[in-house]
Amino acid sequence: MKSNSWKPWALLAPSLSAVFLLLIIPVCFVIVYSFWLRAPSGADIPAFQMGNYAKFFEDFFYPKILIRTIRIAFETVILCVVMGYIPAYYFYLSQSRYKQVFLLLIMLPFWVSFIIRTMSWINIMGDTGLINHFLLKIGLIETPISMLYNEFTVLMGLIMYLLPFMVLNIYVSLEGIDKSLLEAARCMGCTEWQAFREVTLPLSLPGVSAGCLLVFVLTAGTYLPPMILGGPGNDMIANLIFKRVIGTLDWPFGSAISVILLSLLFVIVWTYNRYLGINQIFKSFQGN
Amino acid sequence: MAIVTKEKLDRVYDAYKNGRLNRRHFLKYLGLAGASLGLVGVPFGGAVRDAWAAKSIRFDGWGGSVSDAFREHAFKPFTTATGIKVIDGEFGDMNSYLTRVKASYPPGGEFNIAHLSAVFDYARYADLGFASVLDESKIPNLKNVMVSMIKPLREITKGTLSAVPYDLGQTGIAYNTKHISKAKAEELGTSLLWYKSLKGKLGSWGGDFRTNMWYAALHTGQSPNNMTDLKAVWAALREQRGLMKKYWNSGAELMSLLANGEIYATVAWSGRVAALQQEGHPIGYLSPKGTYSWMEYLFVLKGTDLEVAQKLLNFMLEPAAAIAVAEGQNYPPSLDPSKVELTEKIKKMPAFDATGKLDGYLFANPEYWNANQVEWTEKWDRIKAGS
Repeated sequence: MKSNSWKPWALLAPSLSAVFLLLIIPVCFVIVYSFWLRAPSGADIPAFQMGNYAKFFEDFFYPKILIRTIRIAFETVILCVVMGYIPAYYFYLSQSRYKQVFLLLIMLPFWVSFIIRTMSWINIMGDTGLINHFLLKIGLIETPISMLYNEFTVLMGLIMYLLPFMVLNIYVSLEGIDKSLLEAARCMGCTEWQAFREVTLPLSLPGVSAGCLLVFVLTAGTYLPPMILGGPGNDMIANLIFKRVIGTLDWPFGSAISVILLSLLFVIVWTYNRYLGINQIFKSFQGN
Repeated sequence: MAIVTKEKLDRVYDAYKNGRLNRRHFLKYLGLAGASLGLVGVPFGGAVRDAWAAKSIRFDGWGGSVSDAFREHAFKPFTTATGIKVIDGEFGDMNSYLTRVKASYPPGGEFNIAHLSAVFDYARYADLGFASVLDESKIPNLKNVMVSMIKPLREITKGTLSAVPYDLGQTGIAYNTKHISKAKAEELGTSLLWYKSLKGKLGSWGGDFRTNMWYAALHTGQSPNNMTDLKAVWAALREQRGLMKKYWNSGAELMSLLANGEIYATVAWSGRVAALQQEGHPIGYLSPKGTYSWMEYLFVLKGTDLEVAQKLLNFMLEPAAAIAVAEGQNYPPSLDPSKVELTEKIKKMPAFDATGKLDGYLFANPEYWNANQVEWTEKWDRIKAGS
């Protein structure tokens, strides 16, 4: 019998080629670059040395920014779960014929450039922005409240960017729950809260955890909200990479920081897979 | 299959432009060109690109009001006069542009002309091998340019030129006149940037260690081109950081912060301040002793079609074009006022020198600053981040 074993590979070839060309090769380049040296003019000198990695850990400056990034990423995840579960649950229970419109509204922010969305907060929260203008107008304050360029505004920018990812992940997971299970729980004497706690919440956790992973990874790698809405001292690790690569033309050191970030994210994803299972992400899209 | 040559493509393109060839046939020919490119590969690979490149040139500049002035007063008239399209790109700072140039393939090959700031950048590009050698006989308008602006370039590229000087400006201090009087600003001078009453209302350019160190040197009573007490400079920058509201990243952000009253004082590019003043914003400009002055150049990158580049540079140095651009971007042109009659508006601009000799202007010494760039940039980044 003629073997058909090549067929799956033939079908997978376009995707595998894309992953190879657009992900594997660039990552390999970054890894190789991380061992190179940089000339004062900005030229890169091929070498194999660990100086760039040693530099990252030689004092607490760089690790401190990495720790800050992880902390902000966790804070963003927690806030997104809290703020994202409620609308997702509402959409799940909603019998409204406008449900699809509501879901579409979740996607609405993606139709506007991320930079424009982030910068719009300046017009809302700035010293001459909408909020201050309103508070001054009604006489509640005499001088504008300084609200921008701090960690709070960075968090706000991140949530604005990432909340839709969380809502959609949770919603897809909730949508897969058989509603008759809730009815069964209620028939067996559960209150509405107990039914939610014992049935809905556990079954929606794959979606929550998938959303958490996605939000965490995206937060760790983003640099625009800290750059536009952050003040002195609010830089995250991606800003550091941006400055090393773009600002000082130090590609080798920028690559080393990227590899460190990549390794850390790999450990987090591995841990997630070990204890929750990466297949939970797919489950959340398939229903439970 | 017929092999496509540059000449054939030019003929076909001309025929298409003149209406002698319809679009379907033109596209068919382009398809053939693509196929032959794929078949014959590298020896003819450049033909198609060259054919198209001859009809356009890429120019990268500072964006915002500066790019608007270039576009309106130089590129559009140039395209009308020659049919050559100028594709203009933008960058926020010099390093980010250099990164893109480095990353292009072949390095620098995707870029043609850049509006570079200061001689130290000219030196960096030359050191990295991106310099072209211009044929000065093809740029007759170069004779009107200040000799004092050409001389430092020749010294770096051993008598040749890779760029033409185009304008000069200053990084002085901008302040909000509603909150700081002119008398107070002049009394404080550089120390306005360390004025404790302005805590939470100060800004600075986050992307440039030079500007920040320059003013810290002045604040601590040192010469910016020969700082003898670096500890004092770093301490001053640390102290200033505690007073900062925002380190801005681009000219557009600088203008937005000042115009919206988010910050009351900051280092600022003279042309951007002039633009804000013309829009009616209550912004004053201070240029204390030792103000950071700089010259800007139109740098031609290696691999560029020099015929086209030289044609554009000569057009841009034509007094009518250079004056219009200068008035548009609010920076004095490189034209020597002793050779070319400039307008009253230009004569009132900060950094304008009626003698054309630029004596007494303080520019960054390229050797001094470039030699310490790596160490100082990193130190500055650390201080800015709170170290």
